[in-house]
Amino acid sequence: MSEIRSSVEKRRFRGVIVIASLSVLSFMYFGFIRPGKGDTTYGFVLNNEWVLIKEWIIASATGAKIFSGISLIASVSAILAFRKGREIIIPVGFASFGILMSFITWAASGKFIPLTGLLQGALLLAVPLIFGSMSGLICERSGVINIAIEGQLLASAFVSGVVASLTHQALWGLIAAPIAGAAISFLLATFAIKFSVDQVILGFVLNVLVIGLTDFLYKKLLVPYQSTWNTAPTFGKIEVPILSKIPILGPIFFSQTIVVYLMFAIVAAITFALFKTKWGLRTRAIGEHPTAADTVGIDVNKLRFKNVIIAGLIAGVGGAYYTVASVGAFGKEMTAGAGFIALAALIFGKWSPIGAVFAALLFGFADNLQSTLTIIGVSIPSEFMLMVPYIATIIAVTGLVGRVRAPAADGIPYLRGGSH
Amino acid sequence: MRNSLSKFGQAIKLPGLSFALAFTLTGFIIAFSDSKVLSKIGSPLEFIKSAGATAGNAYLALFQGSIFDINLTKGHNFFQGFYPLSETIVIATPLILTGLSVALAFKSGLFNIGAQGQFIFGAIGASYVGFHFQLPIVIHVIAAALAGMALASIWGGAVGLLKAKTGAHEVILTIMMNYIAGYFILWILKTSQFLRPGRIDPIAPEVNQSARLPLLAGANLRIHAGIFIALVAALFVWWLLTKTTIGYKFRAVGANGQAAKTAGISVPFVLTATMAICGALAGLGGAVQVLGSEHALNADIAGSFGFDAITVALLGRAQPLGTVFAALLFGALHAGGRTMQSNTGVPLDIVLVTQALIVLFIAAPTFVRFIFKLKKMSSSAGLTSKGWNG
Repeated sequence: MSEIRSSVEKRRFRGVIVIASLSVLSFMYFGFIRPGKGDTTYGFVLNNEWVLIKEWIIASATGAKIFSGISLIASVSAILAFRKGREIIIPVGFASFGILMSFITWAASGKFIPLTGLLQGALLLAVPLIFGSMSGLICERSGVINIAIEGQLLASAFVSGVVASLTHQALWGLIAAPIAGAAISFLLATFAIKFSVDQVILGFVLNVLVIGLTDFLYKKLLVPYQSTWNTAPTFGKIEVPILSKIPILGPIFFSQTIVVYLMFAIVAAITFALFKTKWGLRTRAIGEHPTAADTVGIDVNKLRFKNVIIAGLIAGVGGAYYTVASVGAFGKEMTAGAGFIALAALIFGKWSPIGAVFAALLFGFADNLQSTLTIIGVSIPSEFMLMVPYIATIIAVTGLVGRVRAPAADGIPYLRGGSH
Repeated sequence: MRNSLSKFGQAIKLPGLSFALAFTLTGFIIAFSDSKVLSKIGSPLEFIKSAGATAGNAYLALFQGSIFDINLTKGHNFFQGFYPLSETIVIATPLILTGLSVALAFKSGLFNIGAQGQFIFGAIGASYVGFHFQLPIVIHVIAAALAGMALASIWGGAVGLLKAKTGAHEVILTIMMNYIAGYFILWILKTSQFLRPGRIDPIAPEVNQSARLPLLAGANLRIHAGIFIALVAALFVWWLLTKTTIGYKFRAVGANGQAAKTAGISVPFVLTATMAICGALAGLGGAVQVLGSEHALNADIAGSFGFDAITVALLGRAQPLGTVFAALLFGALHAGGRTMQSNTGVPLDIVLVTQALIVLFIAAPTFVRFIFKLKKMSSSAGLTSKGWNG
């Protein structure tokens, strides 16, 4: 055990060293070797907030030096904290933030960065990821691996688009979507729990099934009969009175569609329920030690079944986001791998609700930063910026987040009296 | 004799029933999504007739598009009727190689979702050597294929190394690396090295004649020598797994990593070596696709070969021979699916549904038994992958 711990520690330390080296690198590169020549302008105003914060203009090179400086200091304190055996997450967070801002300030030299818009877009891109990772969280905390998040999102996006088109009501789309998510969950639960099929393989196959079905129906029904089948109305933004006028935070958090508010509520509810209720305790028990849970009278497979269905309902709301809360019409394979990114966010966030949400936000941010920088015309090939979230995930899972441990019984079917 | 016959019958009973179930369900989907069929819902007899005809026609087109089409022989020689079969094999060739990549990984207890990315790097390497260098015939093909394999092998081996050194799960690593490879090929096709002169769309120059795999049945059919490469690769994987020490180590780690470690097998070495070989196999798939049928690298070169490979390997139960047959079947489904789409208007994508259903039922023997009310049936143990902590 101690050997395992020390190797994990070594890995974490390597992660800290990587961050520190990146700080030094960004300080040198963005600040001295290839400093930006112009000024970088940050804008903060999006709508008509109460206080219209003035634009912040800084010479690109100076800004890069300041932000890299912050990350250097944070890196040093991370190393010191590690030496003393303290938690390193906060200094590492600051260091990463510094490197990121240093990069943006450098890349956008002579350009305008709409910061509030950037953050708002990041949140929106993260919405389906957060729903997806919450679905994965509930499944996996109960001991069922859920690779089928992509399928859940895609199926529910399809169904909500179709139902909203047929009824001309976005609301019916939102109501139908969780049912579609739950239907995929039903298949997952039935085959995983009742028929003990390998869950990774099963999830993969379910994704293929949903992609095939939605592509097929899209071409067969949605394209030729578009006016009836694929013209979903969308929800409008709901401005929360007063709060939506707060500078920066208002447009990001309080001027959104109902689906985003639902997301806030669901994340809060899951976090509370998982750690403070009987259901949560039981769920964690069947994910970690099903035999012990069975001994105290919990029907392991029944609760797993129930939880997988709940997970599908949640993912379904995320699927509805694609259609009734953003573009309306369903597009072929419109989820474009978001389910897998949600899965990565779950693992990145160490199977905790808050961790997964932050990871998803990070992915959303990287994604939106990429498109923002492309729009303002930064000379870095957009392909490389598109790679960033994936490279970040690899760095994260290979060391930075420390020991990543899934629930102990994750993926193992529970057979009474003769389990693995 | 009789005994072995009944054994054989037992062995194919489950796959047979799975196929039947999958094709029946697909048939229902095809029939019930057809507006002509649905319009007859008033009279049950007409409805059933029309539904049967719709599904039947679709399956007929599927056959014509994948094996033999008598219509194609008109005005040509009889041989041309096998054009669909040639197409089936052309599609199956890279699928065999990527399928073997996934299958071999399964044997070592790894779930290689990364065949797509490895395929891309194989295609890039083969394409570059193919168009950039002037080499003698034969040598050029080999050099190009080896270049692709080497690149892909590094890309794949990195996954094994990272898993061994950091414990990161290969499913996450390979998913992420597929995206990275996907963006990488988009980028590299824009560079001056790879962009075909005079073009602005992402396509590389054609590989030289000396770097192309020979066609096997004349200029009218696309079938090329890549199929032999794929079959040799299958033989190699079989030999590696059953006849060599290193293959034994692979399987030992796949069966029980902890026990293998105790027995003195270096697990990090096995993980890295497995993934490097898997990468080389999928990369060879990419190379064969470039050198055999596409001749030029384009952004969509990998299609879905890397993802279909997973269903292929699962259907082939991770056995080399099984993988070859599964790839041929999926090649046939894809080739036939095109004809089905153009002849009967049934979208090609239904093939994915059939694929998924077949694999689902094969992976769930207890379910098939449940459906057909079979009491007992001999079946080999289902394929398993390892969960996040494995």
